[in-house]
Amino acid sequence: MITRSSPPRPAVTGGGARLRPLWVAGALVLLAGCMVAGLLAGAAEISPWAVVLQLYDWLPLVSADSGLAPVEQGLLQELRLPRVLLAAVVGGLLALAGAGYQGVFRNPLADPYLLGAAAGAGLTVTMAIVFVGGDAGSAAVPAAAFAGAIGGVFLAYALGHTARRSGDGTATLVLAGVAVTSFLTAIQTFVQQLKVEELQRIYSWILGDVGGGWDDLSLIAPYALLAATTMLLHGRMLDVLSVGDDEAVSLGVRAGRVRIVVLLAASLATAAAVAVSGLIAFVGIVVPHVVRRLAGGSYRIVLPLSLVGGAAFLVLADLVARTVLAPAELPIGVVTAFVGAPFFVFVLRVTRRVET
Amino acid sequence: MSALSAKGLSVALDEREVLSDVGLEVGAGGWLSVIGPNGAGKSTLLRALAGLLGSRGEILVDGVPAARLKPRERARLMAYAPQTPALPPDMTVFDYALLGRTPYISYLGREGRTDRDVTAGVLERLDLGAFGARRLGHLSGGERQRVVLARALTQQARVLLLDEPTTALDLGHQQQVLELVDRLRLADRLTVISTLHDLNLAGQYADAMMLLAGGHAVASGSPVQVLTEELIGTHFGASVKVQAGPDGRPQVQLVRGER
Ligand SMILES: Nc1ncnc2c1ncn2[C@@H]1O[C@H](COP(=O)(O)OP(=O)(O)OP(=O)(O)O)[C@@H](O)[C@H]1O
Ligand SMILES: [Mg+2]
Repeated sequence: MITRSSPPRPAVTGGGARLRPLWVAGALVLLAGCMVAGLLAGAAEISPWAVVLQLYDWLPLVSADSGLAPVEQGLLQELRLPRVLLAAVVGGLLALAGAGYQGVFRNPLADPYLLGAAAGAGLTVTMAIVFVGGDAGSAAVPAAAFAGAIGGVFLAYALGHTARRSGDGTATLVLAGVAVTSFLTAIQTFVQQLKVEELQRIYSWILGDVGGGWDDLSLIAPYALLAATTMLLHGRMLDVLSVGDDEAVSLGVRAGRVRIVVLLAASLATAAAVAVSGLIAFVGIVVPHVVRRLAGGSYRIVLPLSLVGGAAFLVLADLVARTVLAPAELPIGVVTAFVGAPFFVFVLRVTRRVET
Repeated sequence: MSALSAKGLSVALDEREVLSDVGLEVGAGGWLSVIGPNGAGKSTLLRALAGLLGSRGEILVDGVPAARLKPRERARLMAYAPQTPALPPDMTVFDYALLGRTPYISYLGREGRTDRDVTAGVLERLDLGAFGARRLGHLSGGERQRVVLARALTQQARVLLLDEPTTALDLGHQQQVLELVDRLRLADRLTVISTLHDLNLAGQYADAMMLLAGGHAVASGSPVQVLTEELIGTHFGASVKVQAGPDGRPQVQLVRGER
């Protein structure tokens, strides 16, 4: 109960749904820090200061003498920079897709991997490589990945829908997604074994890597831009959906249509990420969770911060993947799973404790 | 002209007819209370009226067939508070109540000053002023229920469909919420259709009642006409005594069986 004698009427506080500039700034600084760290790490010794100077020099309108040899400049420009950027784009897309799926299905555990989207994309890309002989970097790959991602999600959705009689469709959906994922992964494994000479290539792609360079970046840029913009614009609509379909409809929102749009955008983001980097798990589930815990649950906060946070997370993961066993490299998906799984359990535990 | 009327309303769920040929009519500023045993179809009736279920029959809002209204137009005319609302645990009270402004905001738009002011005003009126920044997951059952009502009120609709708005409230807040709804409907001529399990409360606030049983409207009329010992005995399987209270409204008392 509220005591009436409390100090003169506190102005009704609220507007937690606003994206605080401080959070954005913090996330961007984190991302910038991770990216610079990512640029510094590598087999060749280049002094950090020279890297910073060189970056400054590349900025338009200014110049500086980094003292780097042309070889080192080339290394930075053709290997490290695109790698860090690709990691950032893929991480941002995966986290954003995770947040989008979570909004669409009103389930904080929804994720590109749990829903069959990534597995679907993985299958179609494998098929493209094996049957069409396409290169993992060819223009057909994103299209195949998109078709696969959509197919995976809709398969999960259809399965969940028929399995559902009434009541809680969300749980059945995730279960259906898990079933679809294992099924599609099984087919994918079968298909990849058909072509032993491609096995090594598919295998390293499937485990995840962001070393595709500028080609991969430009390959997915348009899809990434379209998917990210669409999702970021739907933050408020996802907030409305989060109160349930009945209420969303009673508020005049065509819930079904919003779902489809965000679903398509999230699947496009997943597809773009999978097409160039293979299967990288846990980004889509951990990052939005952390953002939600730290900054608030509104999708107007979760979506943009997940984008930036996911980018930082994957750049960092790639940094670890490159350095921990140097000169050997770990697949980046191994790193995210290694960090992500325990972290996820931890987040889950904290969440539970807060809620009970 | 009635604010809300329905003719021959039928709803089938899972190929089973759970609402059959129900008709009703509520004038502007009226309060219709729907009562009936569990599973009678009360919630189904409200959801059908809110346009959330496919139904046969005709629903008129201010004389306009509801089927002809666009979703947003309909949402500006009718607000609906469900019996078991989904409350995202991390959402703040203010943001949740603010969602009621959705029908006034364009698809990709954002809330304006007015929307925030309306929301703040409603929270204040519902004694929730200090709760604005609290997360929904950290509220008691009664506080949640008031927050859901706040969400419906920020919608500023002429018709309120309230499904069990008081179940989790303590006595004081039950009275407070129902009094508030009552004042609103008298002041702003809001039309209220509610379901209430507490027959006494239902009889006290409503000016018309409808008894649903097995999906059929078995009785409707004034509280005195509907709250009778026979009807309650037959349809609730309860043994009760009905007496006129001090204000002339019927009061229902359970009668203990012989021991
Ligand atoms: N989604 C659904 N699918 C199938 N049957 C349903 C569904 N929802 C409700 N029913 C059935 O419809 C009937 C009416 O349900 P309704 O929720 O309208 O009852 P009610 O009068 O509100 O009951 P209560 O007092 O318990 O709230 C019940 O028999 C219920 O089992
Ligand atoms: Mg009910």
